[in-house]
Amino acid sequence: MHEIAVDIKNIRKSYSGTRVLNNISLQIFQGELFGFIGPDGAGKTSLFHILTSLLLPDNGSAVVAGYDTVKDYAQIRRIVGYMPGKFSLYQDLTVEENLKFFAGIFKTTIHENYALYKDIYGQIEPFRKRKAGQLSGGMKQKLALSCALVHKPQLLFLDEPTTGVDAVSRTEFWEMLKKLRDQGITIIVSTPYMDEAALCDRVALMDRGQLMAVDAPANIIRAFGQPLFAVKSDKMFPLPQALAVIEQTKTVYRSGEFVHYLNNQADFDPARIEDQLLKLGHAGITIRRIEPTIEDCFMLLMQNPLEVETN
Amino acid sequence: MRTILYILQKEFIQIFRDKAMLPIILVVPVLQLLVLSYTATFEIKNTRLIICDQDGSSESRELLAKFSGSDFFQIEGFASRYEEGVEWLKQGRAEQLLMIKSGFSEDLHREGTGKLLLVTDAINGSAAALMNAYALSIINQYNNELIQEKFPGKILAEAVSISPSYWYNPDLNYKTFMVPGILVLLVTIIGMFLSGMNVVKEKELGTIEQINVTPIKKYQFVVGKLLPFWIIALFELAFGLIVARLVFQIPVVGSVGLLFGVASLYLLVVLGFGLLVSTMTDTMQQAMFISWFFMVVFILMSGLFTPVESMPDWAQWINTLNPIAYFIQINRMIMLKGSGFSDFSGLFYSLVAYAILTLSLAVWRYRKTV
Repeated sequence: MHEIAVDIKNIRKSYSGTRVLNNISLQIFQGELFGFIGPDGAGKTSLFHILTSLLLPDNGSAVVAGYDTVKDYAQIRRIVGYMPGKFSLYQDLTVEENLKFFAGIFKTTIHENYALYKDIYGQIEPFRKRKAGQLSGGMKQKLALSCALVHKPQLLFLDEPTTGVDAVSRTEFWEMLKKLRDQGITIIVSTPYMDEAALCDRVALMDRGQLMAVDAPANIIRAFGQPLFAVKSDKMFPLPQALAVIEQTKTVYRSGEFVHYLNNQADFDPARIEDQLLKLGHAGITIRRIEPTIEDCFMLLMQNPLEVETN
Repeated sequence: MRTILYILQKEFIQIFRDKAMLPIILVVPVLQLLVLSYTATFEIKNTRLIICDQDGSSESRELLAKFSGSDFFQIEGFASRYEEGVEWLKQGRAEQLLMIKSGFSEDLHREGTGKLLLVTDAINGSAAALMNAYALSIINQYNNELIQEKFPGKILAEAVSISPSYWYNPDLNYKTFMVPGILVLLVTIIGMFLSGMNVVKEKELGTIEQINVTPIKKYQFVVGKLLPFWIIALFELAFGLIVARLVFQIPVVGSVGLLFGVASLYLLVVLGFGLLVSTMTDTMQQAMFISWFFMVVFILMSGLFTPVESMPDWAQWINTLNPIAYFIQINRMIMLKGSGFSDFSGLFYSLVAYAILTLSLAVWRYRKTV
């Protein structure tokens, strides 16, 4: 588990003056299910493009399975499986033709590594004569994953594989990923869904080209280290503003049906929240201390001033 | 090698699964050949003529009979006054006005010379020149007969006589001239448009991103993309030649093998050009627009409709960069003159250089990165 599969060093990338990746350095170990978590515009896709040798970094280097992404791009393209964020198979070819084509260009056959993706392809095999463009979202995703696995890659790069996929298919998809990881494939996945972070072995939280934290999800949550409160009242709309004026407030943000509140004082007394709200005429007040989730960690990290580069 | 076969297989499946493709390949050439070769003609027939005969003599009637007896003229009507005849020209009801003033026959008899007025609508300059020439030849004929009649035995001033002989197209058949050129157009459309469009389509749909993260090599991708259209375009040429033979009875005087040899080379130029355009554009719309722009310029300058020799020097110089001009010239030489390789080897080597240039530029520009 401690052999390095991907070694990213000081990667920077700008597009016409806008920095999309700012000094990214991290390591991914072999056999890991590693997640890049961040909203749109965090730089996930650009980083994936660099790691899959589609994009040249402005600065820094990345080594994938021992191969430099710039110098040894040809080797990388042989041993990685890549599933772009946008469905990129041939919509006018059938399920089977797509798979055969990718098997062909990787100089293998459908049968050679069939065991690896039998569980996945098996589900869409009854539709093998159907054109890929006519498949449902979940089936397209399974076909894309099958095509990415056809040559038994050492590493699998999945760029936002669950975006736009229904909740059931998402759960199913993560189950498939875990099985693949158990077969020794290093899986690197990006997602904008914070709840999917918990399904990864380790995650990197990214925002606006910055890496905010890299660790196991449980460790990231443990590092939160501050009491977090979920608040609700009958006037939800002005609630965040009402809370923001409490002394030493760190962050206030909406999360589902609650507003999450965090104070700088470690021994913060939640009674102060109630006092404040009653003073402003709120009723039906609920205040609960809750365990933070990855999303809370993300919000907290975003509040910290991002380290400004000096050079 | 196997990789190229897989790409070719995929391309052919996609091409023939495209419902628009078979009609494009089979219907377009027939339509183009039929429509263009019948309509794009400079032959003038049935020029509409308005007559204003104020003389009304036997001499003027004799002249009019010559016009009405000619295939080239069709008398549309008679005007009593000159202004009325001009009105016909203005309204586009007639293209030529023949005015015979009163006193025409009298002058002929008394002074030995009579005057006619011929007015031609010259909006289309080359057509007007032809109409004028036809009218003059009829009047000339009338003139000679008149001289013979009035002064029998007088020797006509014909010191030098010319008997023209038209080579390679003895009947001066316009279709014979057009069809070889139109065949070139057909091949060009397939080569330039379909191939370029095909590559940009992969970009636009995003499928190229997946392809790029595979061990496919540049040359394999390029060959896999271009070869199908190379084959289809050559098929198209064969198909077009058969239509030309059956419908227009246009013979191929020279060697068919040589013709296909040159076409194969020419296609490399065009395919390379299409690929080059596709590497510089991101959407099919952009690629279409750029290809179309070059296509129109190349066609108009190619000598398909108008002779290259009559273009200004700078245009002729630009034409050295026009692949269509090369192939139209070679194609006409082979099909109509029966020229052999040595007759156009210079043009051929220029095409070789051109093919190397466009293809290497295109391959160099094609990137496997985003």
